[in-house]
Amino acid sequence: MNPTLLSARALHHSYGHTPALRGVDLDIAQGEIVAVTGPSGCGKSTLLHCLAGLIRPDSGQVRYRDTRLDDRSEAARSRLRRTEFGVLFQFGQLVAELPGAENVALPLLLAGASRRSAAAAARSWLERLGVAAAADRLPGEMSGGEQQRCALARALVTDPAVVFADEPTGALDSLAGEKVLTELVRIARERGTAVVLVTHDSQVAAYAGREIALRDGAADPLTLPVGGAA
Amino acid sequence: MSTPHVLLGLLSAGPLHGYDLKRAHDQRLPRARPLAYGQVYATLARLARDGLVTATGTDRAAGPDRTAYAVSDAGRAALDAWLGEIEPPAPHVASAMLAKVVIALLAADTARARDYLARQRAAHAARLRDLTAVKTAPDATLGDLVAADHAILHLDADLRWMQNTAGRVADLHTEVHR
Repeated sequence: MNPTLLSARALHHSYGHTPALRGVDLDIAQGEIVAVTGPSGCGKSTLLHCLAGLIRPDSGQVRYRDTRLDDRSEAARSRLRRTEFGVLFQFGQLVAELPGAENVALPLLLAGASRRSAAAAARSWLERLGVAAAADRLPGEMSGGEQQRCALARALVTDPAVVFADEPTGALDSLAGEKVLTELVRIARERGTAVVLVTHDSQVAAYAGREIALRDGAADPLTLPVGGAA
Repeated sequence: MSTPHVLLGLLSAGPLHGYDLKRAHDQRLPRARPLAYGQVYATLARLARDGLVTATGTDRAAGPDRTAYAVSDAGRAALDAWLGEIEPPAPHVASAMLAKVVIALLAADTARARDYLARQRAAHAARLRDLTAVKTAPDATLGDLVAADHAILHLDADLRWMQNTAGRVADLHTEVHR
């Protein structure tokens, strides 16, 4: 088994008086595709946000390689996210005013790449994902499936070690969703990218090598583990 | 679905005549394939021959339709073994799964029904994962996708049913024992 890339220990997090995570432990190996499942409100999105450094847990540790994420500043976590992590949400969340290629190039520009090399990389990713035609179109001129593949290209363009995907196909019809997931899994396997895939859908979870089921903010004792180490 | 085990499960609540057993079956498993009286008597005879039920009550000499049957220890063991088995995760096992949940609640308790559902879910989810891997293989053809999809969608329907049923186990237990 590959070495552990990302781990969480005793994660707790609340929104006001409402607990979202109540002691979650988790290890994700390099290149592993893990589904985090459970009913709505079980804490799976909060877990993803903690692991990706988007929020700081109230208590507990998040470790990426040799560094702790949970006690770093927002600026430091943001730097790490830009280079090491890719994120994909339910509604692509592309910048509406920018054409596809510029959306995809954004993370590279933020990381200091030249405009020319960022644009070239963006176009090549769009081509790889079968949406070359979206390069010069605004998000509003794309179908939902094209937008989401564009967002996937943006998540992959920095060649991250981990892609975090939160219900990435929730807004798509099943064939468009299948395209996004198939490409995500194939590229992750090719490049050894770890994927954390948050979903409530068994069909989506089945793309992962392993499933972690949550209920009420903790590992679900009633759901038997599916799949072992990838 | 295994009719002998379903009948054993229905008898675990107390001895019944064939006639009442058929009625109990239709009441507990309303969507199951209808069970003919002849099939009930024939199954009871086989269960008695195999020592899984014993004739009981005062009307034993009056003929098969007047004989009440009770589950024997061997019958209880056979029922327990059946409840412990998961169904092969293939499409169209819905009625067998439904029977197992209802019988687990009748013959045992909510923990038994939840345990069965958890193990059945893991088996279905593992199969779903294998079929999905067929679709993401680098050399997958459209033919592979179309064939895998049929099984995937049926397994997913079963998984949704298991999830709903797991959420209803406590209420279903109350209804079954009312």
